[in-house]
Amino acid sequence: MNHLRRTLLKLAGAAGTMTLALGAGLLKSGSVLAAVWNKAGFEAKATPDALKALGVSSAQSSKDIVITAPDIAENGAQVPVTVTSRIANTQSISIIADKNPFPLTSTFEFSNGAEGYVSTKLKMGQTSSVIAVVRADGKYYTASKEVKVTIGGCGG
Amino acid sequence: MAEPMKIRARIEGDAADVKVLMSHPMETGQRKNEKGELVPLHFIQSVIATHNGKTVLDAQWSQAVARNPFLGFRVKGAKPGDKITVSWTDNTGDKGSVETTVAAS
Repeated sequence: MNHLRRTLLKLAGAAGTMTLALGAGLLKSGSVLAAVWNKAGFEAKATPDALKALGVSSAQSSKDIVITAPDIAENGAQVPVTVTSRIANTQSISIIADKNPFPLTSTFEFSNGAEGYVSTKLKMGQTSSVIAVVRADGKYYTASKEVKVTIGGCGG
Repeated sequence: MAEPMKIRARIEGDAADVKVLMSHPMETGQRKNEKGELVPLHFIQSVIATHNGKTVLDAQWSQAVARNPFLGFRVKGAKPGDKITVSWTDNTGDKGSVETTVAAS
């Protein structure tokens, strides 16, 4: 067991919270401090709960968010999704697959010149809306696109 | 985990377009193996990308990101020769990391 892990486990045992480890500067991803994983958001079983956990009270529908994803995904285990935000000062993009068992799939925070753009591949359990939530200048915007799934990709 | 990460960063317009392919099973905890046993949850939770040492992307993932994850992002103002790193941490504490320099278009 490496030194960092031993220290983390000792701290977690003493304090019982990862938050303390984060505060102590011991939780790192690479050599940079990562944001705390949004457990409430990722364990939400319905989109409204996921949005609440993201801190979104209301989001304005926006045509300046472009979701590129197949109309029909042949393989639900590898659905390519690209979100491009043309909204100025985009700070983050979150991607929700509305009918997944846990709708929130990912969040991306941008800084120091990163554009409001992300491309990835997701697992989708069934035909559903892919919803992108953008935070820009502290305000929330949203767009969605339906993706039909012929073979579900969540496993089980 | 099985194979090293692949990364490519190239100037496109006024930004570096970065594409990364990570090697990770991204198990949902719902899949059964050949013996009929549930394979435990095992997925990348955190991804951090830096440009010349500054964080540009801080991502959080769930097990719904696909196996052997692909990630694309863009960094405005990056120049050829700049350094890009991408690091991940999964729910078991395992890590992976790769770096590259930005190529001209």
